[in-house]
Amino acid sequence: MHITLNHFLIISSILFSLGIFGIITRKNAVMVLMGIELILNAANINFVAFAKYGNYGLQGQMVALFVIVLAAAEAAIALAIVLNIYKTFATVNVDEIDTLKE
Amino acid sequence: MSIYDIIFYLFAAVTVVSAFFVVTTRNIVHSAFYLLLTLFGVAGLYILLGADFVSIVQLVVYIGGILILILFGVMLTQKITSVDIKTKTTQLLPAAIGVGLLGGFLISALTGTQWRNFNTPVPETTASGLGLLLMQEYIVAFELLGILLLVVLVGAASMARK
Repeated sequence: MHITLNHFLIISSILFSLGIFGIITRKNAVMVLMGIELILNAANINFVAFAKYGNYGLQGQMVALFVIVLAAAEAAIALAIVLNIYKTFATVNVDEIDTLKE
Repeated sequence: MSIYDIIFYLFAAVTVVSAFFVVTTRNIVHSAFYLLLTLFGVAGLYILLGADFVSIVQLVVYIGGILILILFGVMLTQKITSVDIKTKTTQLLPAAIGVGLLGGFLISALTGTQWRNFNTPVPETTASGLGLLLMQEYIVAFELLGILLLVVLVGAASMARK
């Protein structure tokens, strides 16, 4: 069976679903971040796959590059926030953090 | 079955299996290392799609940067000396059912659609084409991204140090 666009779409669907699963079942804020990275990777696979099979030239790969840069920025900011939360509440359990003020 | 297909199934298996372990392993450090395997598998899929530059950027930025940041996050927010490195899960069964339904719906919707299928030949190298696009068509987005990264740098540093 020859590899087609559908194979890549199935892989990215599975990655997306697993990312959602990680976000909603884990209590650790760092694990939630890992789920977000899985989802961003799933979206990126779609962009690159459609760029190849949909005859869009390099446009899809360009968007994938922008997504990777934004993911790096998001990870840096999110970890700074997680460190602040840990300093304030002494936990990173997202179920226990329910106040905006100390 | 051609060599292309075999390599595709190899990388696909690495990606999906390690992604499954990322979200199910109890130990968060093991999760981070399985995430490394997932990102590596995705980089392999990019190469199969003819996106060599995106694949190298994935290796450098994700595995070299984001994964190290996540490991730092794990080490700075867990008491390494105690055994409290395990992470708890919540509402496993409803989440599994909901996510299974979502995944099944996505796969059936995506594979049931008639996509335009050109399968354009893979260019020799994409780096020069991407560089030209970046300097011509996407110059505004490129400059804005530079400003954003500067803001992120200052913001993350000032937030993390106080």
